[in-house]
Amino acid sequence: MRANRTLEIGTGLFVLLGFAALLFLTTQLPASGLKLGGAKAGYHVTAEFDNVGDLKVGSPVTMSGVRLGEVTAIRFDPQDYKAVVGMRIDPQYRQIPDDSFASIQTQGLLGGKYIGLSPGGSDSFLKDGSRIDQTQSAIVLESLINKFFANYTSKGGGDSQGSAGDTQAKTESKK
Amino acid sequence: MSYLLEGVRRLGSVMLFLVQLLIQCVPALARPRLLVLQIYNAGARSLIIIMLSGLFVGMVLGLQGYDLLQRFGSEEALGTAAALGLLRELAPVITALLFAGRAGTALTSEIGLMRATDQLTAMEIMAVDPLRYVAAPRFLGGVIAMPLLTAIFSVIGLYGAQLIGVQLMGVDRGVFWSQTQGSVDLHDVNEGLVKSLVFGIACSLIAVHEGYHAEPTAEGVGLATTRTVVASSVVTLLLDYVLTAEFL
Repeated sequence: MRANRTLEIGTGLFVLLGFAALLFLTTQLPASGLKLGGAKAGYHVTAEFDNVGDLKVGSPVTMSGVRLGEVTAIRFDPQDYKAVVGMRIDPQYRQIPDDSFASIQTQGLLGGKYIGLSPGGSDSFLKDGSRIDQTQSAIVLESLINKFFANYTSKGGGDSQGSAGDTQAKTESKK
Repeated sequence: MSYLLEGVRRLGSVMLFLVQLLIQCVPALARPRLLVLQIYNAGARSLIIIMLSGLFVGMVLGLQGYDLLQRFGSEEALGTAAALGLLRELAPVITALLFAGRAGTALTSEIGLMRATDQLTAMEIMAVDPLRYVAAPRFLGGVIAMPLLTAIFSVIGLYGAQLIGVQLMGVDRGVFWSQTQGSVDLHDVNEGLVKSLVFGIACSLIAVHEGYHAEPTAEGVGLATTRTVVASSVVTLLLDYVLTAEFL
């Protein structure tokens, strides 16, 4: 009877462990799944961006290349059509000027996006719930290329052919 | 020519055995105690080797992946690479290979020895179907244990990759997990599950079949055990290719 009991307990543990692993794989790993995990210490600030690119929850928030915290939420503000990014800054970085500048940057050429903070000159510091006003959106490579071509065609090939694309590029460069 | 014929005969024998087993699986479910014992033997007792292998496979994946990805300046993709590699390929295949070596050999030699010592014949004489009481629970135990072992392997492996990538190489933890979550789909988890289920059926079937039809001598049982490992490994890798092509 004794041996039977340990056998049943062993099997039960194994099956439990297996299903726990399955549960983890199906719910925690895909982004659509539920999120567990306790809240970490630190204070939260927000910033509004015109375009967050493919910034994700969990992306780092850095200053001078050093990680200060992470992105905790990205949502859309239907009032002024902007993306609101919530950030958690580690508690030891209390003295960040509240007129700091936040921009979305790219790690490497094809890497993920992160938020880079540049310090402002203010004497008061960011605190829980404050908002960073000065932001710069993610640079979208396609629009950059578009802009380059628009400039290029309006300068270089302006008089060669009066195609539709050409005129459009001209009106855009006038703006 | 005779080799070819022998191969075809063996394939046919395995398939017929599978049909007989599947028929006996339903009444075997009515004896959960036998099934629990086999899940314990095939699953719980393979836990240590599976977890240890998973950890080291994940760690190697972390090292190699980091070295490769940092050449392109995209070491944040390490989590993606490790998770997809583990879920889709490494976890099901390596678990199946380890299962064949650890549990498959035990099954074959156990049943083979029962055959060699006439225990199976004795059961038949007592009107007890050895397929139902010996073969079917062992087969079912292996089939149930394999997906669970694979899932455990995946999780431990991912932890190992994270250990190397994040703790040792300094990939950002948040980026590691968010990139992983951003690219892993339920589809990928599914692929691993289906693979492990198929491998579980194949490996258990081969192990039980080889034991059941082993030559009733000491040498025969040894040969049958060897054949189990060889056949299980080859069939696993072959099926893996077919299933991968199916899923992509």
